[in-house]
Amino acid sequence: MRVRVNGEWEQTEDRTVGDVLRRWGLENKKVVVEANGTILEPAAWDATALTDGMILEIVHFVGGG
Amino acid sequence: MGMSIYAIGGKTLRSRLFLGTGRFPNPQALKEAIAVSEAEVLTFAVRRVQLDAIDEDAVLQHVDSRRFTFLPNTSGARTADEAVRIAKLARAAGIGNWIKVEISVADETLLPDPLETLKATERLAKDGFVVFPYASDDPALCGRLEEAGAAAVMPGGSPIGSGLGILNPYNLERIVERVNVPVIVDAGIGTASDAALAMELGAAAVLVNTAIAKAKDPAAMARAFKLAVEAGREARVAGRIPKKKYASASSGYETLISRIPPGEPVGG
Repeated sequence: MRVRVNGEWEQTEDRTVGDVLRRWGLENKKVVVEANGTILEPAAWDATALTDGMILEIVHFVGGG
Repeated sequence: MGMSIYAIGGKTLRSRLFLGTGRFPNPQALKEAIAVSEAEVLTFAVRRVQLDAIDEDAVLQHVDSRRFTFLPNTSGARTADEAVRIAKLARAAGIGNWIKVEISVADETLLPDPLETLKATERLAKDGFVVFPYASDDPALCGRLEEAGAAAVMPGGSPIGSGLGILNPYNLERIVERVNVPVIVDAGIGTASDAALAMELGAAAVLVNTAIAKAKDPAAMARAFKLAVEAGREARVAGRIPKKKYASASSGYETLISRIPPGEPVGG
């Protein structure tokens, strides 16, 4: 299935949002995940199944004023 | 005096210098500036994680989250909807419910969009955020932002990162008179005297980023700003003299020795 992660489409065997985060090494990082425009609490990452065409945004804090 | 306690957004603070964390040459310089500045409030931006370098620009790894109050911003937003989305993402990170609303429409000036800023402030305040709108230095607008629920207003001194200082001190004074919430001068501060002036005009605090981050010696500049903010605050509290058109001598003339008429020899 195809999902878009931070603007890049990828073909993936991952089954959940948690799988995607583990694949990128982000499961223990201070990140916030939005799936199709809805924010997912960390507790929901593994329970949220990927769906074809799903749009994920994974954000964090960077330096800024 | 300069270090007296005050409250903003339900938090008790000592430092009146808010520090932005962008554009520092490296993480070590950022950490030093944070320490030297004695800032208690730090600002951040929300961005996508770079998946091929996940720690590259992550800023929280460099600060002890228990020691600071975090003020994430909505920079990059062009509309109230975008700002609200970013604010919710920031809140979901679990580091508090403060948000600096920053909605800019033109990249060359980054000046804030007043109407979208007002809309976002109203929506976020209703949603339980402690809202700090970065705003034009307009007294009427700042009054509206207060009515909309802003915890403080953040008029810009001049465009972000420009270092042009406070272009309209008159407006800033009117804003201080007009609103009851704290006024935090944000943006455009170039050097320590700009921060002192902001405080003298009645700002509760100043937010500084580029002027420290891009200084030749960021830590030394952070200290200069700390001192300037304290000096400006103390001068404000002390009460400056009114401005007058003509001189008034420091010593009276009543007991002056007689003046020497023209032509009369001096001494001898």
